[in-house]
Amino acid sequence: MVQRLRVRYAKRGPLRFTSHRDFARAFERALRRAGVPMAYSAGFSPHPKISYAGAAPTGVASEAEYLEIGLAQVSDPEATRSALDCALPPGLDVVEVVEAEPPALADRLEASRWRIVLDGVEPAVAEAAVAAFLAADCVEVERKTKDGTRTVDARAVVVALRVAGPGATGVSAVDETAPTAFCAILDVVMRHITPAVRPDDVLTALRHVSSLSTPVTPLVTRLAQGRLDEASPADAGSHPRLIDPLNRDVATTTPPR
Amino acid sequence: MPVESLFARLEPLLPGVSKPIQYVGGELHSAVKDWDAVDVRWALMYPDAYEVGLPNQGVQILYEVLNERADTLAERTYSVWPDLEAVMRAHGIPQFTVDAHRPVRSFDLLGVSFATELGYTNLLTALDLAGIALPADERTDDDPLVIAGGHAAFNPEPIAEFIDAAVLGDGEEAALRITDIVRDWKAEGRPGGRDGLLLRLAHDGVAYVPSFYDVDYLPDGRIRRVVPNRPGVPWRVSKHTVMNLDAWPYPKKPLVPLAETVHERYSVEIFRGCTRGCRFCQAGMITRPVRERSITTVGEMVQRGIAATGFEEVGLLSLSSADHSEIGEIAKGLADRYDGEQVSLSLPSTRVDAFNVTLANELSRNGRRTGLTFAPEGGSERMRKVINKMVTEDDLIRTVSTAYGNGWRQVKLYFMCGLPTETDDDVLQIAEMAKHVIKAGREAAGRKDIRCTISIGAFVPKPHTPFQWAAQLDHETVDRRLRALKAAVMGDRDYGRSIGLRYHDGRPSIVEGLLSRGDRRVGGVIRRVWEDGGRFDGWSEHFSYERWESAAAEVFAGTPVSMDWYTTRERELAEVLPWDHLDAGLDKDWMWEDWQDAVREVEVDDCRWTPCYDCGVCPTMGTEIQIGPTGRPLLPLSPV
Repeated sequence: MVQRLRVRYAKRGPLRFTSHRDFARAFERALRRAGVPMAYSAGFSPHPKISYAGAAPTGVASEAEYLEIGLAQVSDPEATRSALDCALPPGLDVVEVVEAEPPALADRLEASRWRIVLDGVEPAVAEAAVAAFLAADCVEVERKTKDGTRTVDARAVVVALRVAGPGATGVSAVDETAPTAFCAILDVVMRHITPAVRPDDVLTALRHVSSLSTPVTPLVTRLAQGRLDEASPADAGSHPRLIDPLNRDVATTTPPR
Repeated sequence: MPVESLFARLEPLLPGVSKPIQYVGGELHSAVKDWDAVDVRWALMYPDAYEVGLPNQGVQILYEVLNERADTLAERTYSVWPDLEAVMRAHGIPQFTVDAHRPVRSFDLLGVSFATELGYTNLLTALDLAGIALPADERTDDDPLVIAGGHAAFNPEPIAEFIDAAVLGDGEEAALRITDIVRDWKAEGRPGGRDGLLLRLAHDGVAYVPSFYDVDYLPDGRIRRVVPNRPGVPWRVSKHTVMNLDAWPYPKKPLVPLAETVHERYSVEIFRGCTRGCRFCQAGMITRPVRERSITTVGEMVQRGIAATGFEEVGLLSLSSADHSEIGEIAKGLADRYDGEQVSLSLPSTRVDAFNVTLANELSRNGRRTGLTFAPEGGSERMRKVINKMVTEDDLIRTVSTAYGNGWRQVKLYFMCGLPTETDDDVLQIAEMAKHVIKAGREAAGRKDIRCTISIGAFVPKPHTPFQWAAQLDHETVDRRLRALKAAVMGDRDYGRSIGLRYHDGRPSIVEGLLSRGDRRVGGVIRRVWEDGGRFDGWSEHFSYERWESAAAEVFAGTPVSMDWYTTRERELAEVLPWDHLDAGLDKDWMWEDWQDAVREVEVDDCRWTPCYDCGVCPTMGTEIQIGPTGRPLLPLSPV
């Protein structure tokens, strides 16, 4: 391996239903069609060097998914981006490719910012739910996992949460002949932890602490990932900045441990 | 009138169902054409789950062939899982295509490919969800023509009341011909309506229209006769045979799905047809004669297919791939071409001879040698003479010794249980054979950790084969013989642990037997089973034998026929079979002779290498064997 490239890609529209496994398979085929000179692992069944960073759940759209590939020949990042983007179906879009530099990609992805579109929810109802949630120290929710249910604290991971204001209805592709009357949009920044707490869990928590109900399946989009900018305001009502993980500036600062 | 996409209504519901990506479409090389810019619109269906249906070669070929026409569009639809079916019913969403999510009912034609009869209940689900009346005679001019194809269409009688027409044999030219007929009929202002169009199809001979034939029965339940009820409709409808496969190099750009499917590879048919003459094999009988694709075309298709898809595996498909006249050159040429690249080659390896191992060695040059598969089909020498699978035990032992000696660690052997004239002892012979395989294999490999897996299916007699007259073995006896075989394998101290045994219970095969050799009276059973919740009958977790048993008992009550009557009853030469008016080209007298030869344990050679034995296909269908060698090399790689 002579070069590592970091890739930002988006999962848009109907293709947000692509699971991570599905994406991985499609991406490997796209690498082959695009003729990207991949480095392969040694051993009995060689596989291309790709490392994925925490993928968005199936059904959640994303503007900011990341992965890293290892190449056997030095390639131009922009040429690689455009070749890969052409080789992937519209809706799986390669947005940016840069050469990898320390620190490691995983260390640059500390938190995510999500947009949650709640069709059919009055903004005032959403406001009340958000206020109740933020006032709590801890909101435990049950989550179904492969091995049963697990209880997680949805409040602890939320760095910031606000109602971004009423949006245009029909954002979540509801039948336009029967428009829902209202639409509330949540803007939430959540820290990545293990085991994962997802936007879904925050929605469950909001329903727990208030009378919020969501008549239509909410449309969730990951807008950004990155490290939390320490310089930005820290109180939960405002908007902390996420530092672009592909930004070269980051390379000069050491992540806090 | 443009047809609205249903996706906006479907999308909010998808998060609640399993694997939603399968309903989204957007596969690489899928096509969405302007509805109003074409004259003829096909919905193509494979009546099983997307993961099984998407890789289907037949559907992919027709999809591409039809979409290449400027005046035609083709979209695909698959069976939806019961969770989505419930959601669609609750929200009034009809059966849709995955390409543009258009309602299936809006199309001119719904072509359904039946590789197996177990898809029949899924056809009913799709029709019902689409809002198309199940009985064909209740459909209106606003409904598409429902046309069945695939191997099961060689006896479509059990679904005769649900389909408008059936196409027998190769679909490429037939689909284009039907498209022409539909286009002209529409351009002329749809004279005669639906009936007029069906008459055109029937008169042309391109398709079989069941409603234009009356079936009379004898008091004992057998068929008295099948006669056309319209002037100008042929007494017998013939299959289609594409000659010159090099002129039809499809699929050129196979669909590459996002969802995981059962076959993730670029498959190229290296020939169609088979004249090995295995008497149980419907595919080998109805696809005659052998038509090879040339080494040059195979080489070009693989090159283009890999470049267009990014697949890592190439499958060289046919009914007996090692029989291609230039298979050695094809295998070596492809192995050379992809040496050092991450492309693996596979060959369904069922022929039992050492040459097959040489081929497999060549194809796995760069990869792992895990398992090789052979299909002796019958456990005893006698049984293999009955089914005309000309393999001696010595052949098999020699072959597997070569395989184990060449580093292969596992050999899989396919057998059938319930073949005509079979005794308990014939089945127990399978255990003996497996022990000999392990013994010889250990010697050849010089190690003890080799394995042999025996995979056994229950035999189902099929239409248009010499065994079409045979009694199917009852499932109790099949199960008893398989239990005895298992005891014989497991009880062996020396070899038992090196032998794996895979089999299913015999009951699904009885249902398959009912549907395979059934007539129009079986349609009522299919409908009853479907009303009772029958879905995805090819999946053991959805299949219910009891449902079929009780539906058959109910529908056949007070009639001379029964589930047993259709399955375990042997037929006589004089009996009119439900598919006698459908012509696969096989001479009925020859088939009867071959059936008698089977019982007498007399074998017949392959007509590719020995004189013609008059099966009837070539003279009846105006076809001929097309085999090489061409003597040409696999073309070197050229820039695409």
